[in-house]
Amino acid sequence: MLLYTLRRILYAVPIALAVSLVCFMLVHIAPGDPIDAILPPDASAETVALVRKDYGLDKPLPVQFGLWLAHVVQGDFGRSIANRRLVADELVSAASKTFILATTAASLGFVIGCILGGLAGAFRGTLIDRAAVSFAVGGVSVPHYWLGMVLVIIFSVTLGWLPSMSAGPGDWAWDWLHIRHLILPAITLSVIPAGLVTRTVRGVVVEILSQDFMTTLRGKGLRRLMLTVHVMKNAAPTALAVMGLQLGYLMGGSILVETVFAWPGTGMMLNQAIFQRDIPVLQGTTLVLAMIFVALNLLVDLIQTALDPRMRRT
Amino acid sequence: MKNPILTLCGLGRRDEYFKGRATNRRSKKSILVSAVILGAGLLASAPLHAQTLRVGMTTSDVPTTGGIPDNGSEGGRFAGYPIFDALVNWDFTKTDQISDLTPGLATEWHIDPNDHKRWIFTLREGVRFHDGTAFKADDVIWNFDRHLNEAAPHFDKAQARSYRTYTSMVEKYEKIDDTHVALYTRVPFSMLPYLISRVFMVSPTQYAKIGNWQDFQKAPAGTGPFKVEKVTPRTSIELVRNDDYWDKTRVPKLKRLVLMPIPDANTRLAALRSGQVDWVEYPAPDSIPGLKASGFQIVTKPYPHVWAWHANNSDASPISDRRVRLALNYGLDRKSLVEMLGGTAIPARGPWPDSYKYFGRPSENYTYNPDKARALLKEAGYGPGGKTLKLKVQVPTAGSGNMVPLPMAEFVQQSYKELGIETEYTVVDWGTMLNTMRQRPDRPGAPHLDVVNHGLPISDPTQFFLNFHGSSAPPNGSNWSLYKNPKVDALLDKAFESFEPKERDELIAQAHALVVDDAPWVFVVHDLNPRALSPKVKGFKQAQSWYQDFTQVTVDE
Repeated sequence: MLLYTLRRILYAVPIALAVSLVCFMLVHIAPGDPIDAILPPDASAETVALVRKDYGLDKPLPVQFGLWLAHVVQGDFGRSIANRRLVADELVSAASKTFILATTAASLGFVIGCILGGLAGAFRGTLIDRAAVSFAVGGVSVPHYWLGMVLVIIFSVTLGWLPSMSAGPGDWAWDWLHIRHLILPAITLSVIPAGLVTRTVRGVVVEILSQDFMTTLRGKGLRRLMLTVHVMKNAAPTALAVMGLQLGYLMGGSILVETVFAWPGTGMMLNQAIFQRDIPVLQGTTLVLAMIFVALNLLVDLIQTALDPRMRRT
Repeated sequence: MKNPILTLCGLGRRDEYFKGRATNRRSKKSILVSAVILGAGLLASAPLHAQTLRVGMTTSDVPTTGGIPDNGSEGGRFAGYPIFDALVNWDFTKTDQISDLTPGLATEWHIDPNDHKRWIFTLREGVRFHDGTAFKADDVIWNFDRHLNEAAPHFDKAQARSYRTYTSMVEKYEKIDDTHVALYTRVPFSMLPYLISRVFMVSPTQYAKIGNWQDFQKAPAGTGPFKVEKVTPRTSIELVRNDDYWDKTRVPKLKRLVLMPIPDANTRLAALRSGQVDWVEYPAPDSIPGLKASGFQIVTKPYPHVWAWHANNSDASPISDRRVRLALNYGLDRKSLVEMLGGTAIPARGPWPDSYKYFGRPSENYTYNPDKARALLKEAGYGPGGKTLKLKVQVPTAGSGNMVPLPMAEFVQQSYKELGIETEYTVVDWGTMLNTMRQRPDRPGAPHLDVVNHGLPISDPTQFFLNFHGSSAPPNGSNWSLYKNPKVDALLDKAFESFEPKERDELIAQAHALVVDDAPWVFVVHDLNPRALSPKVKGFKQAQSWYQDFTQVTVDE
């Protein structure tokens, strides 16, 4: 088990390298220049050249990449070209905001998905089943940003119950002043995982219910509640695996939702860094997000093993 | 038992519906519904904002707050003049004309009659920085060192370069006495005050206390009408009133000014409509009728901005023929374009709006005249029976000053199609376009382009110089068009060496009139700087400027 974990952590190193390299190359292949974002439009070419030199952008690409890597290994992600703040600080603040949003949305999605999926599986072929499946298909298909805007129009603009954007004043705190900002983006973001989990759980539950041991349990005269516990135990590993992956996607993939709600997380930061060609921010953010994805996958695997003794890792 | 709140909300009837089914369930349900309503009531009770103005900016992040604001003119508007003063400020009081300079931390300035490179500034006395220290002549020298003296310990290497446009004309500077400083220019240059209006003065004492420019951003001390209370990166800048502001007519009426970056236009609109902000910059033109109908105030005023086709005037392009450029200027239905923009722009007849003192008296007047345009094209050999005029145009997707570039570009394309002109658009992001414009269009190996479609500020004569003087071709300036008229060059040179304001203004106006007649660009529209304000916001008088005054604003509670 320990060996397995170590090996998985080691695998993360080439993944991190590959992700950084691909990101670095993509940024440089795309047209545009980080210098344009920080200088006024009428800056002279001489100024541009000077600034380019200041940032080391005049060096050959392999050298730039090597320098960046050497710094990152020492924990130094450099400074943003656009605003000169430390990328590491920015990442901590943005990633924590995204984490709050992603975990809330994932938990919400997980709970909704398990309930709907479980009900659909248990009452296969009934109206409940069809309603849950329609919800799942809708949830997976609906465009995030569209749903976000509709929720804003209903709950912020028309009813005036909830704020339409931002993560609240100042730094984040778990109080009502801030949580009210979280509700709409979290609901918007939870729809896809809710849909996916519903479908997964439904499939698993249907399968479990048709297995021999369930018939035996029923034959033994177990009550409905106990049967449910057995189903849950058997369905949990799959549901968790799907959810873990979804959390990974949510951490990296909430660009649209964060933009619609002006939620100051990594998605908005990436969006902005892409437009400004802010290479240090882009590099740092993608690297950290990739690592979070790898870590989440590992965590899911470990939890699965703990829950399901059939999955022994060696 | 009837719940009055439920009845009020129309939910009482729904409650009756359950009556027949199960009485105990009914009361449970009623409690549940009451709880929901109560919750909604709590949700609705947003915190009170006494005399606080909350603004949604279009920037993607908060502008830097250390006295060298980034994010272009919007950065200067929000993180510049509200917090800081320059030696020379912009005048926001005369809103019926395009803003000009006004004394800031200098009460008076003039050129040394014996040395036309030496400017003498008399400093304002009795001004205090936000940290309580007095503003002195030494501080001016210290602040110029921040920008220009690489040997100074507080030289701001990371940010100073981005302000070279404003500071590079200054060769050296010295303190004359406690209330006078002298600035020396590289060449005699009468426009210096315009350039240094973006060089803000910050407190050296506060800097010494903090020790580096990066952290200085979090707690800067300037002399402006608002003080920085809190900066939360990517979220907000919170400013509070500076009761000790030196200009007693401009001590803010607001207690607080909160600035939030909301780059997405729809998000800004939702924030305004849901009451999360009281003010948004640049509402999308198609949202304006709805906002007006809901009682929001839409304020617009002309300011020195022009959205134009920068034509490649070098020999390689068919557009280098003046008749073609005149045809393009006469063949555009600007009025309809303005209508499409919901009245957020006015037709342009030249680089500057015709209400400006520098407009001059050009002989061409670009009203919509398709017949004249066709005749001019025919004269140049295009149209029925002749060649087809084909133009390659670079169009940006967004960017400061570019308004809503794509729908506007499509409108222009359609207008020219009616004249038989074929336009081929290359759509690029703004950064790419700025890069294009920093290089000569006729350099060897450059991809052929006839036009670059760009909206930009021409706030003052120095920017006019950078766009239309023959010596301003890239890499020296922004004259991507490679426009060169020796008469314009001579007039501008003379104006910049003239220290007699009346004569100087007349020379610049003459140069402007010549540029209008030569039509190196297709002048399309001047943006009207639209912003949408909640009905609670009172007292805002929009200046005809890229910068604005927030000190006279109040917010009804």
